Amino acid sequence: MQINNEFKPKIVAFCCNWCSYAGADLAGTNRLNYPADVKIIRVPCSCRVNPMFILRAFQRGADGVIICGCHPGDCHYTSGNYYARRRITLLFSMLDYLGIERERTRLEWVSAAEGAKFSATMNEFAETIIKLGENKRLEDLRCKAE
Amino acid sequence: MQRIGVFVCHCGTNIAGTVDVKAVAEALKNEQGVVFSTEYQYMCSEAGQSIIKNAIKEHKLTGVVVCSCSPRMHEATFRKTASSAGLNPYMVEIANIREQCSWIHKDMEKATEKAIILGRAAIAKVHLNAPLTAGESPVVKRALVIGGGIAGIQTALDIADAGFEVDIVEKKPTIGGKMTQLDKTFPTLDCAACILTPKMVDCAQNEKIKIYSYSEVESVSGFVGNFSVKIRKKARYVDETKCTGCGLCTEKCPMKKVPNEFNLGMNNRSAIYIPFAQAVPKIATIDPDHCNMLKNGKCGVCAKICTAGAINYKQEDEIVEEKYGAIIAATGYNPINLDKYDEFAYSQSKDVITSLEFERLTNAAGPTSGKLLRPSDGVHPHTIVFVQCVGSRCGAEDSKGGKSYCSKICCMYTAKHAMLTREKYPDTDVYVFYIDVRTPGKNFDEFYRRAAEEYGVHYIKGMVGKVMPQADGKLLVQGSDLIAGEQLKINADLVVLAAAIEPDKSARPLATMLTASMDTNDFFTEAHPKLRPVESPTAGIFLSGACQGPKDIPETVSQASAAAAKAIGLLCKDKLTCNPCVAHSDEMMCNGCSQCEKVCPYGAISYEDKEFRMPNRTTAIRRVAKVNPAVCQGCGACTVTCPSGAMDLNGFSNRQIMAEVDAICR
Repeated sequence: MQINNEFKPKIVAFCCNWCSYAGADLAGTNRLNYPADVKIIRVPCSCRVNPMFILRAFQRGADGVIICGCHPGDCHYTSGNYYARRRITLLFSMLDYLGIERERTRLEWVSAAEGAKFSATMNEFAETIIKLGENKRLEDLRCKAE
Repeated sequence: MQRIGVFVCHCGTNIAGTVDVKAVAEALKNEQGVVFSTEYQYMCSEAGQSIIKNAIKEHKLTGVVVCSCSPRMHEATFRKTASSAGLNPYMVEIANIREQCSWIHKDMEKATEKAIILGRAAIAKVHLNAPLTAGESPVVKRALVIGGGIAGIQTALDIADAGFEVDIVEKKPTIGGKMTQLDKTFPTLDCAACILTPKMVDCAQNEKIKIYSYSEVESVSGFVGNFSVKIRKKARYVDETKCTGCGLCTEKCPMKKVPNEFNLGMNNRSAIYIPFAQAVPKIATIDPDHCNMLKNGKCGVCAKICTAGAINYKQEDEIVEEKYGAIIAATGYNPINLDKYDEFAYSQSKDVITSLEFERLTNAAGPTSGKLLRPSDGVHPHTIVFVQCVGSRCGAEDSKGGKSYCSKICCMYTAKHAMLTREKYPDTDVYVFYIDVRTPGKNFDEFYRRAAEEYGVHYIKGMVGKVMPQADGKLLVQGSDLIAGEQLKINADLVVLAAAIEPDKSARPLATMLTASMDTNDFFTEAHPKLRPVESPTAGIFLSGACQGPKDIPETVSQASAAAAKAIGLLCKDKLTCNPCVAHSDEMMCNGCSQCEKVCPYGAISYEDKEFRMPNRTTAIRRVAKVNPAVCQGCGACTVTCPSGAMDLNGFSNRQIMAEVDAICR
């Protein structure tokens, strides 16, 4: 347990500009805490998230990657989150094979009005990652940046 | 190599309270390419902006990173600042260290560390930014208002006043909306019809306004300044150009047992009908579900007696296609369905009614000609119980379809109902059960106090537990008085429920067509609750009235005019600058496979045959994708779909996002 307390996971969150990024802003406006380990990258739509970005994050040492988009049916671009759902689900199904526990990834729908959900999701996800510990299975294969 | 300047904002103590801004500026100074780094109390202020401008000039910056609030807040501000100092506005990146850092973290050390990492990611991104130039697209100088209630009417009149053409699409046979059903309006008690019907007539007579009544929006395509909308004009089986609205057909129609929706089913109308005497347009409509001629070909009375020859049983739906520069949603509200509220016996007793039904019962043009009579037996009620918050302010997990929000108008209209009842029938006892009485508004509290103090309305703080219909026709109301701390039993003649209001059912499919966002209650979301309250986050879509949230009439009208002003601001422009963050295709890599075309929601991608020079001095013609930058909205669906990696997105390129990932994981 002592090790877990010191472990600071690296969590990358891809958030779509219209719903989830605004939801994250709302979490901020309402001062709803979540761990500082979560760092958000803004993308126009969840469909902009290339599976490559997720693999890149793990390759560079991320311990968890979460993708947030508008709720199905609410995409600002009509259908982007449906594409994201298909692509990401497919990628997730292959992660174990690549040496990354599947629990290190998640796809969530967070609307611009759901600041509380954003914060709750991030808290829960960070907790899962802390339980899983460092992303070690990939370590030996990982290409270090330098 | 970029020359990057970093500007860290304190935002008073909003950021500086939990983030050591000096340490952030200092740490980011050491990043590759950073030639200048500073912090200031308010970067968005004039003084702050001049720090940025001076640094751009002095240090010949090619890229700017501002560590401040959300880019949704001030990205545009800082882009303008850069632009005025001669730097391309798209060379600015924002690190969100307020909403996504200082406001959510309490630990200074952790927050500072995170702010530095977010700053690094922005620096890494700006390294790969390229100057972008916004294109231009023309503006169609015509607006569409969806919904013809008081909100839509006011918006249309204001836009028409400014000299622009405007069309109203209303799904009912007449414009006017809910307000036509009201009797008097709070807090002035002027009659709703007297203030609304002249505006309806103004709409009809204004040559800039075209009303599509009994019509619905079928599809919307295009983008701000250039929407293309298909409108379905439903068949009313009456020639609009010929009908004079004399009403003879409605009198002679033998099918007279159709529940009258205008009076909420409290009396009947004929199968061919004009909703009410002041309808605009005043044209008869045949209800195809009840007309004998349309159902089984046996009747035809209306066609025989119509002197204008306006009846046409063979009329079909017509699709009209129009172009618009701006669209205003004004779809309004409805009271929620109370069928599941068994405790109030709404579906069991005719004498348990909603406030809107009460409104019709007291309206001079209503089913009882304005006499307050019990719906069950037509007797004057002597004890009336009003129940507030029926379906409003419920928990999030309400199984009966209740809403978590306050419906806002109920306290005031109930005070009005109670006051008017006591004034007209002083022999009537009036009880109001409430959770809280909410009266924020000009002259609202004075109005409520008048009801309670001068008119002797019994206000009881507490909820009604059960309404039990008795054998003698009375309604036994069981409730609690929280202030006296006792249970009450009232033998009432009439129970009036203040049903929560919810957005019209048509709003959700419409929002999907408009790609406008909605909240969990299906109210349209505004771009910013304080700074852009009447605009949807989707460019060119504006919000008017209760479709954005519960509102009373004064508020609705102000918002309607505000939405009109915003739409006029758009229509005044001849050209709009487009978002330059659009997709582009690398012709050398594209193999013309058509995958991107299939996922593009806007049809922005087409193909062209291009001649390429091959290594052996020959030429070959290849099919390659081409993005129309005026149509592309920059979602990026194509960039991920492209199997050869030829598609990329300006402002959010593969390399930029990967650089951010790298910086965060460093």
